Amino acid sequence: MDDLMETLGAIKTTVAVNSASVGDTWDWETAEKRIADLLEIRGRFAEVHEVTVSADGEKIAAPVKTDDGNFTACVNGEVWPEMFELLWYLKFSPDGKLTALTKSDDQWTIAVDGECWEEKFEYIWNTQFSADGKVIAAQAKREMDYLIVVNGAVWSNIFVSTRGLAVSNDGRKVAAVVQAVPLKEADIFGFLEGTWTLAVNDKKWDRNFINVYRPTISPDGRHVAAEVRLDICEYTVATDGEPWQQRFGCVWEPLFRGNQSLLAPVRVDGNWTLAENGRLIWKGAYNQLWYQRFSPDGSRIAAVVSPAFGKWTIAVDDKLWKKTYNDAVLEPFFSPDGRRVAAIVKDQNRWTIAVDGIPWTETFDMVWNPVFSPDGNDVIAKVNKNGRFTIALNGRAWRRDFEAVWEPVFSPDGTKVLVKAVEDGKYYRRVVPIQELMG
Amino acid sequence: MYEFARGPLVWIALLVFAGGCLYRLVWMVRAAKQDKVVIPYMSWKYGLRSLLHWIVPFASRNMRLHPVMTVVTFVFHICLLLTPIFLLAHNVLWQQSWGVSWWSLPSRLADVMTVAVMAGGIFFIGRRLRLPEVRNVTDYSDYLLIAVVLAPFVTGFIASQQWFAYRTMVILHMWTGALMLMAIPFTRLSHMLYFIFTRMYMGSEFGAVRNAKDW
Amino acid sequence: MVEKAGSQAAQAVADPEIETKAKKIRPEQMVKDPGLDETIKRLTPEQIESVIKRVLTKETAARLRVYLDTCVHCGLCAEACHTYLSRDRDPEYSPVAKVKNTLWEIVKRKGKVDGEFLKNASRIAFTECAVCRRCSMYCPFGIDIAYLLIVVRRILNLLYVVPAYLQDTTNSHAVTMNQMWVQEDEWIDTLQWQEEEARMEMAKARIPLDKEGADIMYSVIAPEPKILAQLINYMAQIMTVAGMDWTMPATDGWDNSNMAMYSGDFETMGRVERQHYETAFRLKVKKIVMGECGHAFRGAAYDGPKWLVWKHPPVPLIHAVEFYYDLLKTGTIKIAKKFPEPTTVQDPCNIVRGKGLGKKLRYVMNALCEDFRDVNPRLEHNYCCMAGGGTINCGPPWTRSRMVSNKVKAEQFKATGAKIIVTPCHNCHSGIEQLVSFYKLGMHVKFISEILVECMEVPQHLKV
Repeated sequence: MDDLMETLGAIKTTVAVNSASVGDTWDWETAEKRIADLLEIRGRFAEVHEVTVSADGEKIAAPVKTDDGNFTACVNGEVWPEMFELLWYLKFSPDGKLTALTKSDDQWTIAVDGECWEEKFEYIWNTQFSADGKVIAAQAKREMDYLIVVNGAVWSNIFVSTRGLAVSNDGRKVAAVVQAVPLKEADIFGFLEGTWTLAVNDKKWDRNFINVYRPTISPDGRHVAAEVRLDICEYTVATDGEPWQQRFGCVWEPLFRGNQSLLAPVRVDGNWTLAENGRLIWKGAYNQLWYQRFSPDGSRIAAVVSPAFGKWTIAVDDKLWKKTYNDAVLEPFFSPDGRRVAAIVKDQNRWTIAVDGIPWTETFDMVWNPVFSPDGNDVIAKVNKNGRFTIALNGRAWRRDFEAVWEPVFSPDGTKVLVKAVEDGKYYRRVVPIQELMG
Repeated sequence: MYEFARGPLVWIALLVFAGGCLYRLVWMVRAAKQDKVVIPYMSWKYGLRSLLHWIVPFASRNMRLHPVMTVVTFVFHICLLLTPIFLLAHNVLWQQSWGVSWWSLPSRLADVMTVAVMAGGIFFIGRRLRLPEVRNVTDYSDYLLIAVVLAPFVTGFIASQQWFAYRTMVILHMWTGALMLMAIPFTRLSHMLYFIFTRMYMGSEFGAVRNAKDW
Repeated sequence: MVEKAGSQAAQAVADPEIETKAKKIRPEQMVKDPGLDETIKRLTPEQIESVIKRVLTKETAARLRVYLDTCVHCGLCAEACHTYLSRDRDPEYSPVAKVKNTLWEIVKRKGKVDGEFLKNASRIAFTECAVCRRCSMYCPFGIDIAYLLIVVRRILNLLYVVPAYLQDTTNSHAVTMNQMWVQEDEWIDTLQWQEEEARMEMAKARIPLDKEGADIMYSVIAPEPKILAQLINYMAQIMTVAGMDWTMPATDGWDNSNMAMYSGDFETMGRVERQHYETAFRLKVKKIVMGECGHAFRGAAYDGPKWLVWKHPPVPLIHAVEFYYDLLKTGTIKIAKKFPEPTTVQDPCNIVRGKGLGKKLRYVMNALCEDFRDVNPRLEHNYCCMAGGGTINCGPPWTRSRMVSNKVKAEQFKATGAKIIVTPCHNCHSGIEQLVSFYKLGMHVKFISEILVECMEVPQHLKV
């Protein structure tokens, strides 16, 4: 019991820290800023590729191709001074730095706000960030060796291959799924002996597995876990290299609840249920179960489940929502106070959002993840209908719509919403009072 | 022997047959639930569409590829099913025992139908012996099953024609008839029960899931 | 010819024992394959029995039992099978014989079978049956014979008695989520390279990578980036002319193929399909258009979703044939000049018996080709290419056997007098290329996109 309280306490701290950092320092006062004229930018370059917007909405960027065939990044209308043979995968870090994968002289690297890492590679991809944006990691290749690069520095371990990368919230841990043992072509026996493992901060786990999938890191960054495959049809979850004693027909990605408790969907006799540190904790045997998520204090668990073939819904603490959906239900989101749960649902090829089991009446061509207000009373989401984009609040689409919209963010006090949108070819950052969205 | 066959055996046979069929159907539904996809995939529309194409002679390509087999199998199955139900002699017995009766086949026609069943059975045996692809998957049980089906028809036919050993034949007829009834739920003769379901399931999978024909 | 030698041997001797031996020494049955020869040495009788028990009691139910109880051994399925027809009606190649030699025995002996038995079962289930489901259409009872062979494959997968090349392909899926060990960087690099190639043919052609919110996610099978990369640039040109808002993922989930489905590794099959649809969810696309592949359609449209318990794909899945049909039918793409050579077509099982696209395929063929010559039998009744169902993935050791097993297909093509065979499926494509060379048909095999790119009208502003 003490352990549990401690765990829950730890979760609370982590969550509090995380939520305090989002949006606190952003400008919630200026009602409207015209950040960039995309039409003007499009006119200026031979080509302008897909645009991306920073979390705070202050910057909009796109790879641009100049008339002489070179690439660079254009941020709020300003181009980076350096030109590249190729530039793509523009990503803003959570703290607003713009990163890109760039190619010069047939060598690839990452450019951060226009500055290239010194190390160059045959190829580099999959830029990942810590929650504060201080750590930038990626996978890379050099002369057939596979590498992990963290803030421009290459790990000393080289690998036969890498697949998948995870960075802890605080950035102190970087984990990668790596192939540690080379495998001859069509060597089906060597394969069964296990050639894959996880490397954490440049150090491999002691043990190899047939497969390792989807690493996850505890909130405090101390523990790393992943799905592992032990035999042809034998799976479990390993934490810090140590597999659970229990074996299952299949497992899906684990997720830490607090820093000690690890939960994963597991398949037992053809049905799925939820296991915590190897022990089954839900009685329900579902046709499918995945995307287990926890309330901020860790006391409640929600997951996507299928109670009957072709029927999908959410189970909260092993209790099903009444209504099921035929197409899909995506990952559940808890409100900050842990009272409510929302998820994207899809039926007859129409998308909408369901909150506490009740779907919005309006349906859309596409919806993005639901966002709860800080008090948990309101839910907003980006939606797409008839080729136009807008924000829906508690099931009703705003009367204004746009050529493009990015996912909305609530102000810390919950009275305003940050709306990043493109209107008549111009990109605006707007802070909209919640009442206006209702109108 | 005759008294037993005329009395308890009929009841036993009917009970075993009905009970057995019920049991096999309940078992099938349970197994179908365990086989998660079966019930959700079932579609009346496509199931019946498929059934229709396979209970109408020559409505499927495979039936057209085997015209003789198609004719024989339809005649055989129709006669096999109808003759015992609408036979005058059986009707008389039902009238005596339970006070129910219905329209009867003219005896000449009943004879022809009985012969058709026997001829069909012989055709099937011949097919098993002659065609390599059938012989290859035939074992003693296949002949035994044909024998079980033919026996009541042969004995009944001999008895009705009163060619010889009438009383023995009647008793044999009753026993073999009972045996066949009882064998239906518990042998491959259960295709009588399952045909509709396997056919409709396949029709559903082809039609509803795969948007294709299955005939 | 191999099959001739086999049948002559069978006719020359009357002694059934020698006849059996003659059958046994068919060259294709002596093929060495470590996936069969070596794996069986590692098995214990207890292991075999327990795996079989598990599959027969826990993983299967109504279909298996009812099918086994309903089959009256009538042999009417024989006519359906291209291997039976191709091998001069050798009864051992009829669908029911394949079940008899595998599942009937397994059930009868309650799982007490040995390594040699499993090896033979593996040969039958993986290399002599393409699970094309033609027989399932010919059984009067609608018994899904292909399903029964898949159950056999499942057992063999759990015992690892799978032809080595096929197993290796499944292992690739398990590691990389694609079929050909394509590394993450190789994938992206190839797309960027093909974008450049496309631009040499067409101004402004692009392959938008990882574009969230595009209408269409285009997914392909791993042989495209690995060995047939030009097909990706053809699609880039087609998408550009059609003015589609499309994207291709820069992460795993781009490969829609699924050999794990065929080797019986359903866990890996499910994982691959989950990745495919999760990628579509992540990219927020309204539909997935997939390249010209049949088995991939089957995996992504129902076998995969079924295991994951989606009754239908959670994101609409459009096969290339249907996509081209829509483009041509609506006039989104117009044909400038029809393809002149005499052309015939293969109906890929998994999109024709598997999605009823036969008529749309013919619409596309007639729209593209001046001289389209149809095959007989056609549509749902067409013969399998004997490359799908994982058979071609069993690799070179089994190629000759597969060729012998599909003489009817070669004869069918020859009768059309066509010069070009169009195959909107990768397995059909590779298999029929082998068939053309084995039987010296002197024909060429093409995908629809190759012809479409050649024949479509390119608007002036897109011309280089």
